Amino acid sequence: MTSPLGKDLLGLEHLTAEQITLILDTAEPLREISERTIKKVPTLRGATIVNLFFEASTRTRISFEFAEKRMSADTVNVAPAASSVSKGETLVDTARNLEAMRIDMVVIRHGSSGAARFLAERIESNVINAGDGTHEHPTQGLLDLLTLRQKFGSLAGKKICICGDVLHSRVARSNIWGLTKLGAEVAVCGPRSLLPNAIHEMGVQVFDRIEQAIEWADALNILRLQLERMQAGYIPSLREYNRVFGVTRERLERAPRDLLILHPGPMNRGVEIDSDVADGPHSVILEQVTNGVAVRMAVLYLLAGNSPRLAEAAKGGA
Amino acid sequence: MTPAPTSVVLSARAFERTITRMADEIIERNDGTDRLLLVGIQRRGVQIAARIAALITARESVEVPLGALDITLYRDDLQTVGPRPVVGKTHLPVAIEGLNVVIVDDVLFTGRTIRAALDELADFGRPARVSLAVLVDRGGRELPIQPDVVGKHVEVPVGSRVDVCVVELDGKDEVLLVATGAL
Repeated sequence: MTSPLGKDLLGLEHLTAEQITLILDTAEPLREISERTIKKVPTLRGATIVNLFFEASTRTRISFEFAEKRMSADTVNVAPAASSVSKGETLVDTARNLEAMRIDMVVIRHGSSGAARFLAERIESNVINAGDGTHEHPTQGLLDLLTLRQKFGSLAGKKICICGDVLHSRVARSNIWGLTKLGAEVAVCGPRSLLPNAIHEMGVQVFDRIEQAIEWADALNILRLQLERMQAGYIPSLREYNRVFGVTRERLERAPRDLLILHPGPMNRGVEIDSDVADGPHSVILEQVTNGVAVRMAVLYLLAGNSPRLAEAAKGGA
Repeated sequence: MTPAPTSVVLSARAFERTITRMADEIIERNDGTDRLLLVGIQRRGVQIAARIAALITARESVEVPLGALDITLYRDDLQTVGPRPVVGKTHLPVAIEGLNVVIVDDVLFTGRTIRAALDELADFGRPARVSLAVLVDRGGRELPIQPDVVGKHVEVPVGSRVDVCVVELDGKDEVLLVATGAL
């Protein structure tokens, strides 16, 4: 038995278009489970999943936890501040100790790029990357793809612009890999100080003005301006950022077509996005959140096919 | 390569007659169509249920609600996660509380699919009664599950399988017994 995704989900860079499409196709019918009175299926009964979040997260952790519980897995949340990590235990030792307690999967968020891969190469359990440094956030990328696909039918030829702090964004990288693999045209827009130098090498266009992005795109994926970057001098001021790059209703009204508005959250209202855009008719931000649970259920389901312990437990025929 | 020997269990005509009889039996067993809900199991059970629902509508002049169950997530083996697993849609058009639910499937074999369907149905509510209608009962049960309405009983020799074709998916209505050669 082999999972069609392999043992782990570490990013979208190394997935094929077919694998990405499989995840989206699997997620689609799983949305219905969240509409039921009893929001639960027994698929992962007996599986133990550890959510190892070394960085603060509300929406991603809760979304994973909902997905795990709706698939009937047992879940454990480990917050490093309250664990032996705070006493100096290494990442691998933490994971190996957890694994010795017969866990099946680890969902990891970590501030260091590559942490998920580092872990996946050293433990038997399936590893799902829930965001590693500035590298990738594959399930966020997948839920963005699902939301766009639902609205557009197909991503082929659609123009998607990722706006804001691309330099520090793991969401941007996962989006660029995923969108280009599914045939979309991708652009980025933001201050040059917040764009990676070699961004052209990822096959994307660059816009220096939000008006150009609005003129060009079918959808804007607006990234959170990480306010801590303010101190590092990447931008002159929040007001200046909003004046030049903020997505406002006035700017959208001048667009040649209706734009879809995405945002991975949490939003800085009045900075990168105005409230009347975030809550407006073209916003699919809450649909992204709903799709997040379905996408994570799909990933858990598809990876479970490659869990040695779950496979053992499942022997018994159909 | 020599094609596997096949024999026709139900031709298109026989298929139609069989389904018509099944529709009559379902009406009879449920004392009419009040509180009746037909639920097909993905995939071909859905088409057969739709066909039965249309026949009941034609016969009784009432619309019978029609649902679909996908039992993939209720299976008891994750080994079904193959190279390209397909999770289908579950859709129940009405609340099932107090209804006479008829589960419809194409072939009844081990009974594990029906067990999964019963588990899934229970997650949606508590029907008054659940019964099972299958186009083909091929025997070989591994669980104590029996159908209430059967289109055709078929003795399946070791190394053979039953293939059900429906016009909506396969372009023709037919049931075949296919020798796979596996002993």
